Amino acid sequence: MTDLATPPNSSASAEPKAMIQLQGVGKTYPGSTVPAVADLDLHIAEGEILVLVGPSGCGKSTTLRLINRMIEPTSGRIIFDGEDVTTVNPDELRRRIGYVIQQIGLFPHQTIAQNIATVPKLLGWDKKRIAARVDELLEVTGLDPNLFRDRYPKELSGGQAQRVGVARALGGDPEVLLMDEPFGAIDPITRDRLQNEFLRLQGELKKTIVFVTHDIDEAIKMGDRIAILGEQSVIRQFDTPERILAYPVDDFVSDFIGAGSTLKGLNFERVRDLKLAEDWPIISVDTDRADALRLYDASPEKWMLVLDAEQRPIRWVNKHHLADVDTPLDRAGAEVNATVLPNATLHDALEEMLLSNAGQAVVVDDKGRCQGILDIERLADVLKRLRGQAKKHYEELAIQEAADLANGSTPPSNTETGAGH
Amino acid sequence: MSTPVQETDSEETNLDDVRAVGDAYPDHELADELSTYKVPPGFGLIKSNIGLIITPVIILLGGLALYSYVQSSDLIFQDERALDWNGNLKPQLEQHLSIAIWSTVFTIVMAVPLGILLTRPRYKRAGSPILAVATSAQAIPAFGLLVLAFAWLGRGPWTTIWALSLFTLLPVLRNTMVGLEQVDRSVIEAGRGMGLTKRQALRQIELPLAVPVILAGVRTALVITVGMAALAYLIGGGGLGETIGAGLSLSRDVVLITGAVMTALLALAVDWIAALIEKTLRPSGL
Repeated sequence: MTDLATPPNSSASAEPKAMIQLQGVGKTYPGSTVPAVADLDLHIAEGEILVLVGPSGCGKSTTLRLINRMIEPTSGRIIFDGEDVTTVNPDELRRRIGYVIQQIGLFPHQTIAQNIATVPKLLGWDKKRIAARVDELLEVTGLDPNLFRDRYPKELSGGQAQRVGVARALGGDPEVLLMDEPFGAIDPITRDRLQNEFLRLQGELKKTIVFVTHDIDEAIKMGDRIAILGEQSVIRQFDTPERILAYPVDDFVSDFIGAGSTLKGLNFERVRDLKLAEDWPIISVDTDRADALRLYDASPEKWMLVLDAEQRPIRWVNKHHLADVDTPLDRAGAEVNATVLPNATLHDALEEMLLSNAGQAVVVDDKGRCQGILDIERLADVLKRLRGQAKKHYEELAIQEAADLANGSTPPSNTETGAGH
Repeated sequence: MSTPVQETDSEETNLDDVRAVGDAYPDHELADELSTYKVPPGFGLIKSNIGLIITPVIILLGGLALYSYVQSSDLIFQDERALDWNGNLKPQLEQHLSIAIWSTVFTIVMAVPLGILLTRPRYKRAGSPILAVATSAQAIPAFGLLVLAFAWLGRGPWTTIWALSLFTLLPVLRNTMVGLEQVDRSVIEAGRGMGLTKRQALRQIELPLAVPVILAGVRTALVITVGMAALAYLIGGGGLGETIGAGLSLSRDVVLITGAVMTALLALAVDWIAALIEKTLRPSGL
């Protein structure tokens, strides 16, 4: 993609504003003929979390460090908020970009407050403003300022230290945050909590974030969009997590996502968006046995759901249970132990179904009233649909690209692209 | 992040989490290793706080023992003159101390900037040859170095000061380089990534974190210098060596022992003060 004809701002017409653009950025280390990063085009929209994910040594960290010029690119241009920053003073550039690394790198000889005040001090803020900012950031990252302000880094646990790391990166209120495997060295439980808190925080702050990880699950969880990188940081697939899971464009991507990508994709679909099974036999607890049996026989399903007077699901019954007239319906058959709320993900629903006595989950509203039944066929349909949609998307993209090529114009630069080469 | 207090409490009491901090800073172990290095052999008892308390006691007891030994000895006329406090011992003590302090000051002025320079990426390659030269300078016997300096610069205390500052260049230079290199790379990386200039990173991060190791080198240099300054009298540099020399030439044990014990007590005292300074200047939080 050559860009000489395109002024930096023009690509952002209808799309959200591109906060960072890498245009043909490459890095070849001296003494090496093979570039570490080869000719990378990347557009990062304002307010999104873009995850760079790839196997070890693919150059994803290098790519991240090219953005704040911790590593100087040997070719290409970096556009930051519409401004070409390829040659500006890198130290001043970095004060506008938050930077979080896996090792955290807190200054051990400075208190937490001094650590967080690093960038505000560099920006020349006055003391009062800095102190207020420090307390605000400690609070926002879940640390009590009175407790932590004057502590030293060695007095923190790993999780607390990385909270301070994030707070410090946010010190100067940067628009952009670069995060290099920030939660990589933290135990799984704390990591999960930090990820959730960070996502909540991002919901309020709406920073533009570039996030590097080698963990596809973390990428799926954190990313608005994911760029899967191969050797030399070549983009193999660049899309939303949903579409990447539903339709990996090539073997490299599907190998990297690994087995179970379909299951992971279920995390992005919610029960309320599904068409539930309609023909499932459902009876009320006071239904006459003969009517119930007739309904049961008319249905191909093996189980019948019994609701109580408030429409809440209580039992699963089959023919034998119905025939046993001595047991009242509210005690016959098997208990309903798998219910899901409409806003549950399909992944949750699947888990409930597997645990269920009857092999399906009952969808209930927040008062516990039955909304319908979710069975395995419904799930299979969803997966088929997702895959079909993603496939269609890529086919359309290919057609459009071919048309663009035929017209001799450059393809629209800010849309998701599949395998770029 | 709605429940900060509860969470931090639970993290505080979590031993595994505490251990995880150690894992996040593996270089602390390296720093520990280095801290054993900074106590020179023979002066090991001054390592901990107990050492800081015991040392003045030892100096005091040693002084008292020396005093009563001299008092109980039969002194001849030459002894009386050689051991005259105001006429001989006090000025020699002062001279000895000033030789040690000035040569250490020159050492610091030369070695610390050189050490900083040699750890910058641009001059890193010059590091090992220069370190080799400094090592060989220390391998020259101190007496030989003094004689060489004498041949070049002539008599006097300044000759001694220059010779000794060259002699103790190595421990300070090496400790400056090691001290700067043992600073956790990720700490510097984080600082540079936030927009600290190279100079700011050096002044605000690298040097403060290297201070304990550098000071350990300075302390070693000080103690070596106090010992070596006893040879200064051979080239007219003065110091307590005069008394030792007088004791040798007169074959008077009481004079010889007074000179030697005072030199040793001075070395102990200097090391004790250096340890105090080291403790004060060590950044908190390490």
